[in-house]
Amino acid sequence: MDFKEFSEKFAEAIEMEDASILTLETKFRELDDWSSLGALSVISMFEDDLDIELPVDAFKKAITLEDLFLLIK
Amino acid sequence: MAFLKINNVAIKGISACVPKRVIKNRDYPYLSPEEIEKYINAIGVEERHCAVQDGSLCTSDLCYKAADKLLNDLNWNREEIQLLIFVSHTADYKLPSTACILQHKLGLPISTMAFDSPLGCSGFVYGLGMSSSIMQNGYIKKGLLLVGNTQSFYAAPKDQGTSLLFADAGCAVALEYDENAESMEFDFFTNGAGKDALIVPDGGCRHPFSPNSLVEYSDENGITRTNLHEKMDGLEVFQFASRNVPKSISNLLSEFDITQEKINYLLLHQANKLLCEKIRKKLKFELEQTPYNIDRFGNTSGASIPLLMVTELRTELENAHLEFIASGFGVGLSLGSVHFQTNKIICPSLLTL
Repeated sequence: MDFKEFSEKFAEAIEMEDASILTLETKFRELDDWSSLGALSVISMFEDDLDIELPVDAFKKAITLEDLFLLIK
Repeated sequence: MAFLKINNVAIKGISACVPKRVIKNRDYPYLSPEEIEKYINAIGVEERHCAVQDGSLCTSDLCYKAADKLLNDLNWNREEIQLLIFVSHTADYKLPSTACILQHKLGLPISTMAFDSPLGCSGFVYGLGMSSSIMQNGYIKKGLLLVGNTQSFYAAPKDQGTSLLFADAGCAVALEYDENAESMEFDFFTNGAGKDALIVPDGGCRHPFSPNSLVEYSDENGITRTNLHEKMDGLEVFQFASRNVPKSISNLLSEFDITQEKINYLLLHQANKLLCEKIRKKLKFELEQTPYNIDRFGNTSGASIPLLMVTELRTELENAHLEFIASGFGVGLSLGSVHFQTNKIICPSLLTL
């Protein structure tokens, strides 16, 4: 999966309309659409669509979308 | 794996009682209407029944009403009841045990064995395991399992994670020694490393109540609460449950050669809709087999499984033989799964107080 596809899935998970503003450097916790609920949705997305069980600790440490993207590698 | 298999104990009746007072999540003042809809869409809670937390309505009052009605409908002689277990995190007092108060209030004999067990979301399954274990050898013929919580008490008003989710209920389950009963099978699981994932830090012996307990603070996510409120790390709980509940149920099915196709209903602790749906899909149960009432009753901790049976399956429970898998999971972190069957039991309609 490339970053574009990943960022679109991420945007869908947090119900964000425009994924095009997302870059590797985006600090996702600072997005207007981000909420504690978003964290659950993103974890679910990782599990359902990508079949990856994300370690909670690593997720909590992630700051940018690149950090998250690297977790699926 | 902590497995249990219980013979000779049958569920004869189930009842539930909730506070009359309804709180609508769409009226929540600390989020925008869009944020609230997003929440409702994911977590599934539209409204909740919550007690006013001034001591006028406690968990034991809800359980009392549920048990009193159930005993009347069963037409049981109260003198014959010898076991009462009260499973709750919201006892009337630090001491004595609420079970002792309820023994007296319900008019049960002084020959009753009565005690409390402080457990939350896993409470129904643990309670069923404990009560049926005690009764299986046949000395105690009739017993009552009371499971409830008025956990909205612990929700900080500005903490959307808990204050839009937690709700209150009290349930009663009547158990009888019955040599013709179908067996019940259990699997239990505990991970105390996750104790901080759901915790009320102050007011126990480890951090006794002090003036500081009343001081509001903002946590790393900007949520305001005191140390007398419940702090929930939703992510940890979510991960714990989504990984271990399917495992626990699969283990239960394989250990006891239970045929999944024969199961009428999967009863999941109404933790949150997103999580329950994830568990259901992992286990490949159909939506029609997996009842929900979280939209109207929120998360009522240990009471949620029997409450679900009363609100969604009452007529079937009274008229049919049913086979269930149920799983309760959460605070502890603690998890219990059970396979059990009911055969035309007494199930009064939902009570309110």
